[in-house]
Amino acid sequence: MKLNRHSRMATVAAIGALSLTLAACGSDNAVEDDAAGSTPDAEQASTLSGQLEGAGASSQESAMQAWIAGFQSQNPDVSVAYDPVGSGGGRTQFLEGGTQFAGSDAALKDDELAQAADRCVSGEVAELPLYISPIAVIFSLDGIDSLNMSPATVAGIFDQKITNWNAPEIAAENPDVTLPDLAITPVNRSDESGTTENFTEYLAATAPEAWPHEASGDWPVAGGQSAQGTSGVVQTVTDGQGTIGYADASKAGSLGTVAIKVGDEYVPYSPEAAAAVVDASPRAEGRPEASLVVELDRTTTEPGAYPLVLVSYSLACTEYESSEDATLVKAFYSYIASEEGQQAAAEAAGSAPISDELRTEALAVIEAIA
Amino acid sequence: MSNSPQLARPTAAETAAVAAPAPSSGAPGDGPRTPVRGHPHRDRAGRAFSTAATVAGSTILVTLAAVAVFLVLRAWPALSASPEELTEGIQWFPEGTTLLGFVGPMLFGTVLASVIALAVAVPVSTGIALFISHYAPRRMANALGYLIDLLAAIPSVVYGLWGVAWLAPRLQPAWAWLSETLGFIPLFEGPAANPPRVILTVGIVLAVMILPIITAVAREVFLQTPRLHEEAALALGATRWEMIRMAVLPFGQSGLISASMLGLGRALGETMAVLMILSPGLTYSLALLQAGQHQTIAANIANQFPEANPLGVSTLIATGLALFVITLAVNMAARWVVARRKDFSGAN
Repeated sequence: MKLNRHSRMATVAAIGALSLTLAACGSDNAVEDDAAGSTPDAEQASTLSGQLEGAGASSQESAMQAWIAGFQSQNPDVSVAYDPVGSGGGRTQFLEGGTQFAGSDAALKDDELAQAADRCVSGEVAELPLYISPIAVIFSLDGIDSLNMSPATVAGIFDQKITNWNAPEIAAENPDVTLPDLAITPVNRSDESGTTENFTEYLAATAPEAWPHEASGDWPVAGGQSAQGTSGVVQTVTDGQGTIGYADASKAGSLGTVAIKVGDEYVPYSPEAAAAVVDASPRAEGRPEASLVVELDRTTTEPGAYPLVLVSYSLACTEYESSEDATLVKAFYSYIASEEGQQAAAEAAGSAPISDELRTEALAVIEAIA
Repeated sequence: MSNSPQLARPTAAETAAVAAPAPSSGAPGDGPRTPVRGHPHRDRAGRAFSTAATVAGSTILVTLAAVAVFLVLRAWPALSASPEELTEGIQWFPEGTTLLGFVGPMLFGTVLASVIALAVAVPVSTGIALFISHYAPRRMANALGYLIDLLAAIPSVVYGLWGVAWLAPRLQPAWAWLSETLGFIPLFEGPAANPPRVILTVGIVLAVMILPIITAVAREVFLQTPRLHEEAALALGATRWEMIRMAVLPFGQSGLISASMLGLGRALGETMAVLMILSPGLTYSLALLQAGQHQTIAANIANQFPEANPLGVSTLIATGLALFVITLAVNMAARWVVARRKDFSGAN
């Protein structure tokens, strides 16, 4: 634990130094970094005080609780609050200056980027993909724990075109499984959600023939079973026989899950596989330098990558009006991006810890916050 | 047996006779302590009380007006927006419909769920209330009455949890059987959804929820039946059932309607239980056993509110306005029915 924190501090300091040489970031940083690097842990922890307020995506809520708890135990004089009002509300509050940071399931839109330029004094907005959560396709069938499906099969099932579990499409991909003669009941979210948006985006990208709908946070197919919230979907799938749904992988519990076809192999969901697809995906272009927005490559053929993921961004400014805000956000985000913070989120929310590569990049951006 | 309740309970006439002399007999003893007529202190207290009562009474009207104004004001952006703006601005707003076309199916769903609930709850409640008021031994009646009042105090979210986790799985075989045997009737058209997150399940749970309140009111009303009517019926040779049919039910009819309307009010606005049990959909379908066909206004508001943008919120409030209007209309209709029936019931 002690060792861990030291090594983290060392990383922070090293990256800070690196960013100093690369970026033209004034001398305040140097002073602060030196101070942070040279003071022992205990003293460093007690020097921070103040209030941090954020709002945004409810998908990050449980992870955020773990981060806040972890951060506050290191910095008892800092109080951090996060209001899970939803991505849209979080972005609005952040851009209007009501909160210092925000969580959002989607990257800022163009007009919001323009607003962000005002909000962030002479800096720009930082968008960091610090919360990666795999979405599992869950089903309830007696005696079957796992099934292989190609994106087209998943799309056919959720579009109510494949209606029986012994349909040839499913049987062909699962030669070793005895499939029951049972009607398929697809279950979706009844409320607007980032999970639905990512799931439909995945289907639209990987199986455009079988999925004639656009990506949308609101479920596009009428007349199916649905329930409110992740827990509602999981409950509904559990209650029925022959039901199939999609939910945050951490809530899948003992339900059967689908291994989806990526390239030529079937990949079951796992935190590593989810993090892998983020690394394999290119950055969105034409955005500010500090914005690490990922163009999720849903059609990736990277071995071992699981492209059905939800990425939620942590928003901050690279420059704040008050240096106190900057210091606090910097410290809080450094914790979130750290191995310890990512581990805490993985335990609390079942998210996938970000890769070291991504951490290095994110910490470089965080270190530049002033 | 038929005599014992009559002995136990004083008739209305007896009660009146006992009650009437009480003030006059008490007056002489109170004499010295009673303030003199026109005493300034007493006057002020009286005036203060009457003012307080008037204010309390008018609060209801003010609140009602305030709610109506709030709903209209906050719903205005949605009411004045064109269908295109609504479709553009709100992700969950169905394409190619107007605001009315959006509210319509939900109004239908709301009313459908409540009608099912009433259809199930009113006969059962009437039975329970009659049993308590006219059949059960006195001690059992008291215990039962107490139990019913307790049931009325259970929060709706608990009923929702019970409905979704316990009742729904057990209803599934029944619904499957219904759709197989009576599937030719549009109401029971299959296939029955599994899990049964359908409007009929919601109706049953709502029925259980409104049962206590209907029963409690109906019981009180039936107990008010004039003793003389009952005795007259029995004296003419009526059996107990005939006595209830001839004396109790006609007398209690308007009260029973009021009780049902109280229940209907609760069913119309019920949110949590519906939200938890129903797989929503926006159609005018009559198929009670199919999922994804119906939705109620209250449940839709609770479902979409958390992630709604400003225009979405105002659309939701507009649907709330529709619910408000419907509830008022139902209550006024009930008043009208009650007022009309009064003349025939012989209650006065």
